[in-house]
Amino acid sequence: MNLTVNGESRTFEQPLSVHQLLTELSLNEKRVVIELNEAIVDKDSYVDTLLSDGDSLEIIQFVPGG
Amino acid sequence: MIKVNEKDVAWVDGMTLATLRAQHKPDADITVYNGFPVVDDRPVTRGDRVCFIRRGEMPSAAEMRQLIVSRHSPAVYEAVCDRTVGIAGAGGLGSALAIALARLSVGRLIIADFDVVEPSNLNRQQYFCEQIGMLKVDAMKANLERINPYLDVTTVAERIDAGNIAAHFAAADVLAECFDNPESKSVFVETCLAELRKPVVAVSGIAGHADADKLVCREPMRNFHLIGDGVSAAQPGCGLMAPKVGIAAHMQAGKILELLLDLPPGAPQ
Repeated sequence: MNLTVNGESRTFEQPLSVHQLLTELSLNEKRVVIELNEAIVDKDSYVDTLLSDGDSLEIIQFVPGG
Repeated sequence: MIKVNEKDVAWVDGMTLATLRAQHKPDADITVYNGFPVVDDRPVTRGDRVCFIRRGEMPSAAEMRQLIVSRHSPAVYEAVCDRTVGIAGAGGLGSALAIALARLSVGRLIIADFDVVEPSNLNRQQYFCEQIGMLKVDAMKANLERINPYLDVTTVAERIDAGNIAAHFAAADVLAECFDNPESKSVFVETCLAELRKPVVAVSGIAGHADADKLVCREPMRNFHLIGDGVSAAQPGCGLMAPKVGIAAHMQAGKILELLLDLPPGAPQ
């Protein structure tokens, strides 16, 4: 499955949910904001949102400090 | 017709700043002529705006407005004076941002923070020693009133979470994410984008002392403006200090001003 993540093309062996993609990328799901094909994905839907070949994601992970 | 301290005055031939001052405010020691302080006498023409100020005297709301209008230009003042900005978190970012927006004369601020002022905040947050122990939102409201008493400041002394963001911030035209912890940043930005569908200006990556010039503003998603270097996390050995936190807060203020200027004119949303 091919995905575009933050503008970069990535290939994954297995179909993935958003939750599994975050694990794969070692990102903390409590610290991110995710746009899938230009629509925000709610935190509650990370497990249920399955990604399809050709999907485009923008993922921002926040770091502490303010 | 001319304006003297925001009141209409009929123009007459031969009128100068000195004759006007003698007539309207003989004890004034500062003259602001069409937005610029002047010391010399000069002729006054139709349409001019003159403001006479006596040092140490509190200006009226109309005088204050006129002074700000002349400094910022009428277009900038009009774009912000009826707008509302929501500030989530009144720490290093939120306290400096609130002050910048108050100085810009943004008509209404909604400031939310559940915490109190602590001595360790004073290295970067815009509070004073005598405010230690006060709720940050109360201390900030008092500080903003000293800068411009004619603004509307709404305070929310509550912990902000996904369940109360819409209720507290629905009236905002633009939102500012000013939290310290990344989980709160994430929840706030996600809710603003998905539920409120309003522009949000957030910050990530401002810790430490080095590379202040690496702070940038970008728009990774529609309506989501992100300031910082994205990686400089606050952690042991890499603290938060006044320079980079202040720069980021003022970059937020600059982006918010741009966004307000881009909103369609008319009734606030």
